[in-house]
Amino acid sequence: MKFAIALFSPPHAPASRRALRFAEAVLAGGHEIVRLFFYRDGVYNASSALVAPQDEADLAAQWRAFVSDHQLDAVVCIAAALRRGVLNAEEAGRYGREAVSVTAPWELSGLGQLHEAAQMADRLVCFGGD
Amino acid sequence: MAKSLLLICRQSPWAGTAAREALDIALAGGAFELPIALLFMDDGVLQLLPDQQPALLEQKDLGANLQALPLFGVDQLYVCRDSLARRGLADAALALPTTPLQGAELPALVARYDLVMTL
Repeated sequence: MKFAIALFSPPHAPASRRALRFAEAVLAGGHEIVRLFFYRDGVYNASSALVAPQDEADLAAQWRAFVSDHQLDAVVCIAAALRRGVLNAEEAGRYGREAVSVTAPWELSGLGQLHEAAQMADRLVCFGGD
Repeated sequence: MAKSLLLICRQSPWAGTAAREALDIALAGGAFELPIALLFMDDGVLQLLPDQQPALLEQKDLGANLQALPLFGVDQLYVCRDSLARRGLADAALALPTTPLQGAELPALVARYDLVMTL
Protein backbone atom coordinates (compact mmCIF):
# COMPACT_ATOMS: atom_id res chain seq x y z
CA MET A 1 0.00 0.00 0.00
CA LYS A 2 1.17 3.55 -0.76
CA PHE A 3 1.23 6.02 2.13
CA ALA A 4 1.50 9.79 2.22
CA ILE A 5 2.42 11.04 5.68
CA ALA A 6 1.95 14.63 6.86
CA LEU A 7 3.35 16.03 10.10
CA PHE A 8 2.21 19.31 11.65
CA SER A 9 4.07 19.23 14.98
CA PRO A 10 7.66 20.10 15.95
CA PRO A 11 10.24 17.48 16.92
CA HIS A 12 9.70 18.01 20.65
CA ALA A 13 5.99 17.15 20.33
CA PRO A 14 4.82 13.55 20.80
CA ALA A 15 3.24 13.58 17.34
CA SER A 16 6.67 13.81 15.72
CA ARG A 17 7.84 10.62 17.40
CA ARG A 18 4.56 8.88 16.58
CA ALA A 19 4.81 9.91 12.94
CA LEU A 20 8.38 8.65 12.67
CA ARG A 21 7.59 5.31 14.32
CA PHE A 22 4.55 4.96 12.05
CA ALA A 23 6.65 5.72 8.98
CA GLU A 24 9.23 3.14 10.08
CA ALA A 25 6.46 0.58 10.53
CA VAL A 26 5.07 1.36 7.08
CA LEU A 27 8.39 0.46 5.47
CA ALA A 28 8.99 -2.49 7.79
CA GLY A 29 5.61 -3.85 6.73
CA GLY A 30 6.66 -3.82 3.09
CA HIS A 31 4.61 -0.77 2.15
CA GLU A 32 5.69 2.35 0.30
CA ILE A 33 5.92 5.99 1.39
CA VAL A 34 5.23 8.18 -1.63
CA ARG A 35 6.07 11.36 0.24
CA LEU A 36 6.59 12.82 3.70
CA PHE A 37 5.19 16.34 3.97
CA PHE A 38 6.09 18.70 6.81
CA TYR A 39 3.73 21.60 7.46
CA ARG A 40 3.02 24.17 10.16
CA ASP A 41 5.42 23.63 13.11
CA GLY A 42 6.31 20.30 11.52
CA VAL A 43 8.84 22.20 9.41
CA TYR A 44 11.13 22.34 12.47
CA ASN A 45 11.75 18.60 12.05
CA ALA A 46 13.82 19.48 8.99
CA SER A 47 16.00 22.00 10.80
CA SER A 48 19.61 21.05 11.44
CA ALA A 49 19.87 23.96 13.89
CA LEU A 50 18.07 22.18 16.72
CA VAL A 51 20.15 20.92 19.62
CA ALA A 52 18.45 18.26 21.71
CA PRO A 53 19.63 17.80 25.33
CA GLN A 54 22.03 14.87 25.55
CA ASP A 55 19.63 12.69 27.51
CA GLU A 56 16.65 13.35 25.24
CA ALA A 57 15.74 11.85 21.89
CA ASP A 58 16.91 13.93 18.93
CA LEU A 59 13.91 13.56 16.65
CA ALA A 60 15.20 15.98 14.02
CA ALA A 61 18.34 13.85 13.69
CA GLN A 62 16.26 10.67 13.62
CA TRP A 63 14.07 12.08 10.85
CA ARG A 64 17.12 13.11 8.86
CA ALA A 65 18.65 9.65 9.16
CA PHE A 66 15.36 7.94 8.30
CA VAL A 67 14.82 10.06 5.20
CA SER A 68 18.44 9.62 4.06
CA ASP A 69 18.67 5.90 4.75
CA HIS A 70 15.52 5.14 2.77
CA GLN A 71 16.01 7.91 0.17
CA LEU A 72 12.51 9.18 0.75
CA ASP A 73 10.79 12.13 -0.85
CA ALA A 74 10.64 14.54 2.10
CA VAL A 75 9.07 17.92 1.37
CA VAL A 76 8.94 20.90 3.74
CA CYS A 77 6.27 23.51 3.00
CA ILE A 78 8.18 26.55 1.85
CA ALA A 79 5.69 29.16 3.11
CA ALA A 80 5.45 27.55 6.56
CA ALA A 81 9.24 27.23 6.68
CA LEU A 82 9.94 30.83 5.68
CA ARG A 83 7.73 32.29 8.39
CA ARG A 84 9.50 30.07 10.96
CA GLY A 85 13.03 30.83 9.81
CA VAL A 86 13.69 27.32 8.53
CA LEU A 87 15.63 28.15 5.37
CA ASN A 88 17.78 26.36 2.85
CA ALA A 89 20.68 28.12 1.16
CA GLU A 90 18.59 29.20 -1.80
CA GLU A 91 15.89 30.86 0.32
CA ALA A 92 18.42 32.38 2.73
CA GLY A 93 20.11 33.95 -0.27
CA ARG A 94 16.82 35.13 -1.75
CA TYR A 95 15.79 36.92 1.44
CA GLY A 96 19.21 38.03 2.61
CA ARG A 97 19.31 35.86 5.74
CA GLU A 98 22.47 34.39 7.26
CA ALA A 99 21.02 31.28 8.86
CA VAL A 100 20.73 28.14 6.73
CA SER A 101 19.24 25.18 8.58
CA VAL A 102 17.82 22.97 5.82
CA THR A 103 20.04 20.89 3.59
CA ALA A 104 19.62 17.62 1.70
CA PRO A 105 17.75 15.28 1.99
CA TRP A 106 15.02 17.85 2.63
CA GLU A 107 13.37 19.80 -0.13
CA LEU A 108 11.42 23.05 0.26
CA SER A 109 8.35 23.21 -1.94
CA GLY A 110 4.71 24.24 -2.02
CA LEU A 111 1.44 22.89 -0.70
CA GLY A 112 0.71 21.43 -4.11
CA GLN A 113 3.15 18.68 -3.12
CA LEU A 114 0.88 17.73 -0.23
CA HIS A 115 -2.14 17.49 -2.50
CA GLU A 116 -0.19 15.56 -5.12
CA ALA A 117 1.04 13.08 -2.49
CA ALA A 118 -2.49 12.63 -1.12
CA GLN A 119 -3.77 11.94 -4.63
CA MET A 120 -0.99 9.45 -5.40
CA ALA A 121 -1.22 7.51 -2.15
CA ASP A 122 -3.74 4.91 -1.06
CA ARG A 123 -3.73 6.47 2.40
CA LEU A 124 -2.97 9.94 3.74
CA VAL A 125 -2.05 9.80 7.42
CA CYS A 126 -1.64 13.09 9.31
CA PHE A 127 0.05 13.61 12.66
CA GLY A 128 -0.16 16.59 14.98
CA GLY A 129 -3.32 18.25 13.68
CA ASP A 130 -5.16 20.39 16.19
CA MET B 1 -10.99 10.76 -10.67
CA ALA B 2 -9.44 13.02 -8.06
CA LYS B 3 -9.89 12.08 -4.43
CA SER B 4 -12.08 14.41 -2.41
CA LEU B 5 -10.73 16.15 0.69
CA LEU B 6 -12.55 17.40 3.76
CA LEU B 7 -10.61 19.98 5.79
CA ILE B 8 -11.81 20.35 9.37
CA CYS B 9 -10.95 23.81 10.72
CA ARG B 10 -11.09 23.88 14.52
CA GLN B 11 -8.94 26.86 15.48
CA SER B 12 -10.04 30.41 16.13
CA PRO B 13 -8.93 32.97 13.53
CA TRP B 14 -6.50 34.81 15.81
CA ALA B 15 -4.99 32.03 17.93
CA GLY B 16 -1.92 31.74 15.73
CA THR B 17 -1.36 30.57 12.20
CA ALA B 18 -3.62 27.50 12.29
CA ALA B 19 -6.63 29.06 10.59
CA ARG B 20 -4.57 30.73 7.89
CA GLU B 21 -2.49 27.63 7.21
CA ALA B 22 -5.59 25.43 6.97
CA LEU B 23 -7.12 27.84 4.47
CA ASP B 24 -3.89 27.80 2.49
CA ILE B 25 -4.30 24.04 2.04
CA ALA B 26 -7.82 24.62 0.72
CA LEU B 27 -6.76 27.40 -1.64
CA ALA B 28 -3.79 25.39 -2.95
CA GLY B 29 -6.05 22.41 -3.60
CA GLY B 30 -8.64 24.63 -5.22
CA ALA B 31 -5.98 25.94 -7.58
CA PHE B 32 -5.48 22.33 -8.72
CA GLU B 33 -9.25 21.99 -9.12
CA LEU B 34 -9.41 19.26 -6.49
CA PRO B 35 -12.78 18.57 -4.84
CA ILE B 36 -12.37 20.17 -1.41
CA ALA B 37 -14.85 20.91 1.34
CA LEU B 38 -14.38 22.74 4.65
CA LEU B 39 -16.04 22.00 7.95
CA PHE B 40 -15.79 24.73 10.58
CA MET B 41 -16.22 23.41 14.09
CA ASP B 42 -15.24 24.18 17.68
CA ASP B 43 -13.41 27.55 17.79
CA GLY B 44 -13.09 27.33 14.01
CA VAL B 45 -16.64 28.69 13.69
CA LEU B 46 -15.29 32.04 14.92
CA GLN B 47 -13.53 32.37 11.56
CA LEU B 48 -16.95 32.84 9.98
CA LEU B 49 -18.01 35.88 11.98
CA PRO B 50 -18.29 39.02 9.85
CA ASP B 51 -16.89 42.48 10.64
CA GLN B 52 -13.75 41.30 12.38
CA GLN B 53 -11.12 43.94 13.06
CA PRO B 54 -7.78 42.16 12.72
CA ALA B 55 -5.94 45.49 12.43
CA LEU B 56 -6.50 45.99 16.17
CA LEU B 57 -4.41 42.84 16.70
CA GLU B 58 -1.94 43.94 14.05
CA GLN B 59 -3.03 40.95 12.00
CA LYS B 60 -3.79 40.54 8.34
CA ASP B 61 -7.44 40.06 7.39
CA LEU B 62 -8.29 36.37 7.24
CA GLY B 63 -11.64 37.27 5.72
CA ALA B 64 -10.02 37.94 2.35
CA ASN B 65 -8.73 34.34 2.27
CA LEU B 66 -12.17 33.05 3.24
CA GLN B 67 -13.88 35.12 0.56
CA ALA B 68 -11.39 33.72 -1.96
CA LEU B 69 -12.54 30.14 -1.36
CA PRO B 70 -15.44 30.20 -3.86
CA LEU B 71 -13.16 31.85 -6.44
CA PHE B 72 -10.88 28.82 -6.09
CA GLY B 73 -13.77 26.47 -6.58
CA VAL B 74 -14.03 25.60 -2.87
CA ASP B 75 -17.73 26.18 -2.30
CA GLN B 76 -18.71 23.20 -0.16
CA LEU B 77 -18.63 24.89 3.24
CA TYR B 78 -20.12 23.33 6.35
CA VAL B 79 -20.41 24.56 9.91
CA CYS B 80 -21.09 22.63 13.10
CA ARG B 81 -24.38 23.90 14.50
CA ASP B 82 -23.54 22.78 18.05
CA SER B 83 -20.24 24.67 17.99
CA LEU B 84 -22.12 27.82 17.00
CA ALA B 85 -24.78 27.30 19.67
CA ARG B 86 -22.21 26.72 22.44
CA ARG B 87 -20.69 30.09 21.61
CA GLY B 88 -24.04 31.89 21.57
CA LEU B 89 -23.91 32.17 17.79
CA ALA B 90 -26.85 29.97 16.82
CA ASP B 91 -28.56 32.82 14.99
CA ALA B 92 -25.49 34.83 14.05
CA ALA B 93 -25.03 36.06 10.50
CA LEU B 94 -21.96 34.44 8.97
CA ALA B 95 -19.54 35.92 6.47
CA LEU B 96 -19.91 33.02 4.03
CA PRO B 97 -22.81 30.82 2.95
CA THR B 98 -22.39 27.60 4.91
CA THR B 99 -24.47 24.48 5.45
CA PRO B 100 -25.11 23.87 9.17
CA LEU B 101 -24.77 20.27 10.34
CA GLN B 102 -25.38 18.60 13.66
CA GLY B 103 -25.31 15.23 15.39
CA ALA B 104 -25.07 12.25 13.06
CA GLU B 105 -24.77 14.54 10.04
CA LEU B 106 -21.16 15.25 11.04
CA PRO B 107 -19.78 11.69 10.87
CA ALA B 108 -21.88 11.19 7.73
CA LEU B 109 -20.09 14.16 6.16
CA VAL B 110 -16.67 12.80 7.13
CA ALA B 111 -17.59 9.41 5.65
CA ARG B 112 -18.40 10.99 2.27
CA TYR B 113 -14.82 12.17 1.69
CA ASP B 114 -11.82 10.14 0.56
CA LEU B 115 -9.40 12.23 2.61
CA VAL B 116 -9.80 14.12 5.88
CA MET B 117 -7.37 16.57 7.43
CA THR B 118 -7.85 18.41 10.72
CA LEU B 119 -5.94 21.59 11.51
